[in-house]
Amino acid sequence: MADVEIECRNLWKIYGAQEKEALKAVQSEGLSKEEVRDRFNCVLGVRDASFSVNKGEIFCIMGLSGSGKSTLVRHINRLIEPTAGEIHVAGHRVDTMGEAELRKLRAESIGMVFQHMALWPHRSLAENVGFGLEVRDVPLAKRRKAAEEALAAMDLQGWEDHYPDQLSGGMQQRVGLARALAADPDILLMDEPFSALDPLIRRQLQDQFLGLSRKLKKTTVFITHDLDEAIRMGDQIAIMNDGVIVQTGTPEEIVTNPKDAYVAEFVKGISRVSLVRAKTIMSPLDGHNPTSKTVPLDSELGEIMDQFMDDQAPVTVVDTANSAVGIITITDALRALRG
Amino acid sequence: MELWNIFDKEWVPVGTWVETALQWVVDNFRFVFQAIKVPFDIVLTGLEDGLTGAPDLLMLAIIVLVGWQAGGRKLAMVTGASMIAIGLMGAWEESMVTLSIVLTCVIFCSLIGIPLGIMAARNDRFWTVLRPFLDLMQTIPSFVYLVPIVMLFSIGNVSGVIVTFIYALPPVVRLTNLGIRQVREDMVEAARAFGASQRQTLYKVELPLAMPTIMAGVNQTIMMALSMVVVASMISVTGLGQMVLRGIGRLDMGIATVGGLGIVFLAIVIDRISQSFGVSARDRGHKKWYETGPVGALRKLAGKG
Ligand SMILES: Nc1ncnc2c1ncn2[C@@H]1O[C@H](COP(=O)(O)OP(=O)(O)OP(=O)(O)O)[C@@H](O)[C@H]1O
Ligand SMILES: [Mg+2]
Repeated sequence: MADVEIECRNLWKIYGAQEKEALKAVQSEGLSKEEVRDRFNCVLGVRDASFSVNKGEIFCIMGLSGSGKSTLVRHINRLIEPTAGEIHVAGHRVDTMGEAELRKLRAESIGMVFQHMALWPHRSLAENVGFGLEVRDVPLAKRRKAAEEALAAMDLQGWEDHYPDQLSGGMQQRVGLARALAADPDILLMDEPFSALDPLIRRQLQDQFLGLSRKLKKTTVFITHDLDEAIRMGDQIAIMNDGVIVQTGTPEEIVTNPKDAYVAEFVKGISRVSLVRAKTIMSPLDGHNPTSKTVPLDSELGEIMDQFMDDQAPVTVVDTANSAVGIITITDALRALRG
Repeated sequence: MELWNIFDKEWVPVGTWVETALQWVVDNFRFVFQAIKVPFDIVLTGLEDGLTGAPDLLMLAIIVLVGWQAGGRKLAMVTGASMIAIGLMGAWEESMVTLSIVLTCVIFCSLIGIPLGIMAARNDRFWTVLRPFLDLMQTIPSFVYLVPIVMLFSIGNVSGVIVTFIYALPPVVRLTNLGIRQVREDMVEAARAFGASQRQTLYKVELPLAMPTIMAGVNQTIMMALSMVVVASMISVTGLGQMVLRGIGRLDMGIATVGGLGIVFLAIVIDRISQSFGVSARDRGHKKWYETGPVGALRKLAGKG
């Protein structure tokens, strides 16, 4: 199994003065969010969430507004105190960690990007980006160099001495990314980083981030309310509803096998062409003669459809050793496309 | 006794009570109040000696330069004209005394008011307790506490500073509290997320972002301090206020007018300069303070020459 970098176990967050009493009641009686609000005047933010993120992987958390995504991600660097549960980050117990150790973890190992950028308007870009180093008393020259490098990585060289209000939204969020990367942390937490941007810039930044991510291999928790984005970015996707993680899986698993009506509703409009792969839809050879048309095991549905352009004969699926392992008929392919 | 006129008799002798209580405090705790006077005295004496002792033209030059630095050439011209007008009217010495009283008051109001405001912004309960006191300090007519101040601190310029301090403190506390509370939540959250301690968050993020609001509070404090100048002269505070009071006493319209105009010109100077300090760096086009005004000009000269 791969190395686990972030793990949360049975995490609960209830906002309000009576969180402990409310927790007990919810755990024993299974109250709903509304019942908790009416009885205890508390808001149920996260309900018994467990998940783990492997080193180097992008873990997307997806859900509608108010489903508890921001609350959940803020537990990883403990910007929010959990009501109950365990948080492990890079082998450390974050939920019981002391104040000094926690600050060190935040400054050195975890970078964060915010939905509304949250750049400090009174600081130049270099000062914004170097903030994490500044609070750890890294000398100015070194800070400056790290800031220049991080800005350059986001194509912002030469902007060091400008101020956030002199930049467009897309550029500002690139500064937000540079700030998160400046201390070279192993972990990135991104709370809807691209939601406030217009579609074109958003696409651009997604690509830029994906490229960077493949190179740097940072463990990333990426929040979004947009399933398309989650599918583009995520190695794993967790779907949240009313504080509960309802399903976790790869994009393909989520789309082809939604666990309940809520998830099904989400995936309804999603195109399967680049999600579904040959190995999921093929049927065993079972005496069929292999055909001349072949595709590899993990080719996408789109490539398989291409094979049916000229004639409708079944397609043979081959493994890496080029031996036939399964077969796909045009009916299989059409059925997969429809979902 | 006539039942119809029961209020002829004083049933609740508030006045006597207060008087007794005050007398008791004076008898037993005078040394405390004398000790409180010491820091006010030191700062005030220093400023007063400096401002009145320096040659008039040197002071004029300094004030104009400060104006230039704070708000550019236009402000330098306004301050220069106002100060020259004061000097020509023959109220220079008095205006320097008043200026030192106002400055002392502002120093102490900021020193005490800004930390109080920060604490109030951090702690809702403290703010709830503090608020009625601030309301009281601002709304009680200042004449009322002239008497206890004189009994506790005696008369003179230092007592004048203390009266003025009490009256002028509330705005800086209120606006510091407001300024810190108005800092966007995610700005503070981002600072915490990058490992800043509470203290670092305060100094590097909250205070700088709240600074325009805090400076608006300081500006209001200054204006309130100036408005106390005439009232304070009733407890033997010297300066421009005393000129006005003397004019009233002797029905001398001339001297009262000179004093009054002096206060107006001084108010213009202090108000404009302190307002310019409050303009955020963003509105100045992100120039550091040392890149503009006379200091900036000097640096440019040094760089070129
Ligand atoms: N500080 C708080 N105090 C009380 N309730 C809160 C607080 N922060 C969030 N909540 C509540 O917790 C729930 C989850 O909120 P959260 O911000 O985590 O949702 P989200 O999924 O991030 O939504 P969005 O997409 O709008 O950002 C909501 O019902 C919200 O009202
Ligand atoms: Mg959110």
